[in-house]
This record gives sequence, structure tokens and C-alpha cells, in this order.
Amino acid sequence: MLTTVVRTVVRRSFSTSKWAAAQQMTVRDALNSALDEEMEKDERVFILGEEVALYDGAYKVSRGLWKKYGDKRVIDTPITEAGFAGIAVGAAMAGLRPVCEFMTFNFSMQAIDHIINSAAKTFYMSAGRVNVPIVFRGPNGAAAGVAAQHSQCFGAWYSHCPGLKVVSPYNSEDAKGLLKAAIRDPDPVVVLENEILYGVQYPMSDEALSKDFVLPIGKAKVERVGNHVTLVAHSKAVEESLEAANELAGKGIEAEVINLRSLRPLDINTIIQSVVKTKHLLTVEQGWPQCGIGAEISARIAESEAFYHLDAPVIRITGVDTPMPYTKSLEIAALPQIKDIVDAVNKVLGVTQ
Amino acid sequence: MIPSCIRNVAAQSSRRNMASFFFSKKSNYATEASFETKPYRLHKLNHGPSTQVTVTRDDAIELFKKLHTIRRIETAAGNLYKEKIIRGFCHLYSGQEACAVGMKAAMRPQDAVITAYRAHGWTYLMGIEPFGVFAELTGRQGGNAKGKGGSMHMYAKNFYGGNGIVGAQVPLGVGIAFAQKYINNGGVCLALYGDGAANQGQVFEVYNMAKLWDVPCIFVCENNGYGMGTSVERAAASTDYYTRGDYVPGIWIDGMDVLAVREATKFAIEHCTSGKGPIIMETMTYRYSGHSMSDPGTSYRTREEVQEVRQTRDPLTSFKERILNANLVTADEIKTIEGEIRKSVDDAVKAAKNDKEIPLSELTADIYTTCLENEIRNTTPFNPLSHARLGPAVNA
Repeated sequence: MLTTVVRTVVRRSFSTSKWAAAQQMTVRDALNSALDEEMEKDERVFILGEEVALYDGAYKVSRGLWKKYGDKRVIDTPITEAGFAGIAVGAAMAGLRPVCEFMTFNFSMQAIDHIINSAAKTFYMSAGRVNVPIVFRGPNGAAAGVAAQHSQCFGAWYSHCPGLKVVSPYNSEDAKGLLKAAIRDPDPVVVLENEILYGVQYPMSDEALSKDFVLPIGKAKVERVGNHVTLVAHSKAVEESLEAANELAGKGIEAEVINLRSLRPLDINTIIQSVVKTKHLLTVEQGWPQCGIGAEISARIAESEAFYHLDAPVIRITGVDTPMPYTKSLEIAALPQIKDIVDAVNKVLGVTQ
Repeated sequence: MIPSCIRNVAAQSSRRNMASFFFSKKSNYATEASFETKPYRLHKLNHGPSTQVTVTRDDAIELFKKLHTIRRIETAAGNLYKEKIIRGFCHLYSGQEACAVGMKAAMRPQDAVITAYRAHGWTYLMGIEPFGVFAELTGRQGGNAKGKGGSMHMYAKNFYGGNGIVGAQVPLGVGIAFAQKYINNGGVCLALYGDGAANQGQVFEVYNMAKLWDVPCIFVCENNGYGMGTSVERAAASTDYYTRGDYVPGIWIDGMDVLAVREATKFAIEHCTSGKGPIIMETMTYRYSGHSMSDPGTSYRTREEVQEVRQTRDPLTSFKERILNANLVTADEIKTIEGEIRKSVDDAVKAAKNDKEIPLSELTADIYTTCLENEIRNTTPFNPLSHARLGPAVNA
């Protein structure tokens, strides 16, 4: 559960120096302020989901909002995802701006029909008449010690579908800027937060603290500049990639780390630019390999001019192709570790260890 | 549009137990008449709609026109399908017309509706000319959704489709009603589903939330006796659909009687807008065609059964006889109306056949309200397509 993730992460040297004086904020609080600011700004924005009101959110993301905005705009639902997701989509069709929280994205499977068939396709089916301005959000990806049904990344699932926009924030700035952009967007947006990162503090720039701060959906961020190899990751895997890059730097290998931020649209141009420079590409994600985000990036690179710049094949670093085990040692082994990334980079670069 | 004067008629319906005619001084027409409906069945309600229903001559003519137009549209759609001009799915509403026409006659401008895949009649009732329906069915540019939606996906102001996923429209309808309550426009939403969808889990989920939050939603179960080829008895442990909301009040209505449906819908709107929350209407009806055009509709029911309904309960014939017998219209007038409708529907069919399909460039139009990608991938990566925003995007 969430309490286990409340740990402080000491910012490492990959943080650029301008953060030195910046305020720290947890991803949870960043999301909370995004919701608060957008609710304050637009009367049509409301939140519904399980435990979002009196309980303050199962993961406390909506903490304090019910007290501030009341029953009309912060609505506890029964545990009936298909029903409340459908209601949220209907409300969006009729002009409201719902933020539909899934306690975790694992439970969104109960409601995926409304996300795909009701939300993503209606604008096209109606020849551009009925757009559906809705946000589906909640924790996604591998959690800790909760076994297979509660530990899965849905990035590939949702990013597969035209009509949806999908973002997968990594740190607090990402979380705030992307959630605010999602709420303001006139199309359905899936916001895949990371359960493990909710309690982690990251620096927030003055700009990010502003009520006007939004990040563009569909743009990746180069988190670390490097010349030898490109690592592309999203969500928690960005952290592992940055740490791996740190380790590699000690051996003279400078990895460029790209934080995707958005999975659909996928910012392939930023990746291509990096690949043209580094000539080596590895993708890093916690989700499964088959038809995954890395598979998509690999295919896009193979189809692009960047392919001819590659000095080695694109390599995917992914979760193991298995349901998530409860067993602690197996759970660790099921996800890509820093060592996996370092080893894979060495192999791709032909460096003997 | 059905004139709003219909609403005033209820106030005049104090005469009981017999058809009462008010003759115009200037002509031999009756200006209004009252009829007795089949008894309603009530669930968790102390009183129901009036079984004594009154209709004015003008309204009777309007209702007859709508009923007849839908029947003609569906007959023509069936023919277009057989000519292979309509592709894919095509679900006809013939036999069920009184449900939609009766409901629409009671709806106010602020009320909304969402239905399932049997959507042609509703699209027409919600303001789309028959040409807009046919051109959608033929997949042409003049179609309601420019031919991109097809039979099951048509839209209009306050009409949210047309939905091809059995049962999914019900939560959406509750969401629309939720929005109406949220913005406080006084409207209700009618969420229609068939007896087949009535067994969907999500329907029960939203009965619960609608009642819990007093959402002004009218759940309408159009019970035509069969979910595809499975009769209600073979699919439902309880076929009393008007009671299946448990704590949600319900009314059973003869769905073949347009006046009964209209009366019950007025009652349901009154119920919802008085803050009592949702209500269920079960309209008992029948579909003459198969489930869709690919179903001859004969393996799970007899031809005799269909014939019997046509002869004894047909919503058009019975209403026509009523208004003729009540002297609200003359046989000649009916004949003229029928001729006019036939011609206008035939003309619409012809125009829809001759209309063009939208240009190929619209393959990638209106995927997004604001498209954030520079290009949309084509079948190969070599010649990407561009995205265009063409539609009005009513919620942008």
C-alpha cells in the first residue's frame, strides 16, 4: 500500500544545479495542487471515484478537496468502475470536465469499454460533433508486494488507441504540468501516475509552482544530456535510467536520458534527434515487452531515418514477460534494475565490464 | 418538432371513461378526443400516469406523421440494405415506433436522449431530416455523421447517439442527466435500452448511483420480447423489467400505444424534475424485423406470432383507427399524409443514393479536437497523412 512508498529520495548528482534552491514537493502534492488549481479555475471540473471525498483519496491525491469544494464537485462513488466511468463520460459529452479517478489502473479494466468505445471514439464517430473532455487518472504500474492483479503497467494498452491522449509523468513537475494540461484538454486524456512515486519529493521550480504552469502533452524532456547512448523511459523507469546513467558516467559513458512524459502522442522526434547524436538506443520501461512502449519506439526508429544512424540494434529493457509475483525476491527480479540497464548499455556499446 | 401545446392538453383531460369529441364549429372535425390506455403497472409508486389520455387534432396528426415517417424510413432502409447499398449493421425499428414518438412528444427542449443501436427513428425525431439518416446509412457526405458513423452512430442537439455497445449507453445517459443536474438546466435524460441490455451489470451499477444521487434520468427499457434471438424468458430471471431497479420506481406501459407512452413520459419527467430521482419505464413493444438485417427473425419465433402482432397491436394501424374513429382526421387526410411522406422519404432515399462519399482526406479528420501529432500514420510509414479538424466539437 501507499504508506510503504513514503520515502525520501535524496536527489542525486543528475539533478541540474538550478534545482539547488528549488522547493521540494511530493508527486502526490503536485497532483493535488493541479486538481485544486483547475477546479478553482473552471466550475465544470469535478472529481469522481472511489474514496476521493471523505477518505481524502485512497492515495490521498485528492486530500482536502472535498472540504474545499463540497459534495457537488468531489464525489465518492460506489465500487462500480463500469458504471461511474460511463457516467463520467456521459457528463463530459454533455459539457462537464470530469476527472475520473481509478483507485488503480488495474481496476480500469472493469471500465475499459467506456474509455475506448465511449470516450476515445465518439468524436470521430460523430464526425467531429461530440468531443469528450475527460481525464481518467490514477496510479499505474508496478506497485510493491501486491501481486499480479494490482501490479501492471497500462501504458501500452491505452497508448494503442487513437482518440486518446496518454501521459505518464515521472516527477512532481511532470505530474502537475501534465495533469493540468490533461484537465484543460478538450479530448479524453489518460493520466498514468506511478504509485511508488506518490510519496517521493522532487524539486519544483518557481515556474512549476505557478497556477499557470502546464506542460505540453506530446513533448518529451531530455532529463540528462549525453553523447554515447540514448535511454528512453517513462514514469518510474526514468529514475532507474538516470541512476544507471550516473553509474555509467563513472566509467566514462555519457548516456542521454529522455523522459517521454507522454505516450500518445509519442515524441519520436526528440528520440530521433538523440539517436542521430548517440547512435545507440535502449528503451526502459516496467511494462511487459510484447507490443510495449519500447517495441513501438523500436519500430518507429526502424522506420525512420534514424535507423541508418544506429551503430547497434535497438534494445528493449522491460519488465519480465510474466505476471507479477508476490515473492519479494521474484518481484525485484521481475522489473528492470539499474544493473540491467548498465549491463545492456555496456553490451550495446561493446564495452567489456 | 412536436408543438409544445401538447403539454397543455393534459390539463383538459378530465373527462373519463369514454372517448369524448369536441367538434369544431367550422368543420366536421373533432378538435380533440380522449382514449383509455391499457392499465399501467406500477412499482414503488403510489399513483401512476392517467389512463385517460386526450389528444388534439393537431397533435394527433403530428403523432401520426412521425409514426408513419419512421415506418417508411425503416422500410426504405431495409430495401437499401437488400440492395447492398447499406453495409454492415442495420437494425430496424418497425413495430416499436410508438415508443420513440410517444417519448419525444412529452420531451421539453432541455431534455436529452441516448439510445442503443436501433437509432434511425430517434435521429429523425431529434431533428435530422430523413435525408440525413439515409445518407448516413449509405455512408455519404450528407449523412448525419458524414457517413463516418453509420447506422448506429447518429447525433443531434440533445441526442447523444446511437451506441453500438449493448448497455453502454445507459451509464452515459445517467452521466448526461448528471450534467443536467450539475448545470441545473432543469432537463432530464432518457436512457434507452432493450430487454437484452437490461441484464447488463453496468445498468444495475447506474440504477444504484442514479438513485443514490437523485439523478434526473429516465431509464427506458424497450421490451420487444427478444434480445437478438433469445426471448426474455430465456434470458431474464425476472421479466418484469419495470421492477428491476429495486429501489428505483417503475412503470409498465403498453409501448404500442403512442398516447400511453406520451402520458407516462410526462409523468416520468414530472417525477424526475420534482427531485425524486430516477424512474424506470418499461415499454412493452415488438419488432417486426429480425434483430438486424442479417437475421430473418424466424428461427426463434413463428411467422404467426409476428403476423398476429401486426394484425392486432400494430402501433400505426391502431392509432390510425383511433383517430379516424374519433373523427380527428378523415380517411382522405390520412391518405394525403401517407402520400406526402412516401414521396418525401423516396426523394430522400434517392438523394442519399446519389450523394458522394467524403474525400479520402477525411479518413484522418476529427480524431482529436486538438491534434498534437504532426502527422497520422498511414498503412505504411512512407506517406503519412495529416489530421484535420472539421467538426464543431460542441464541448471544446
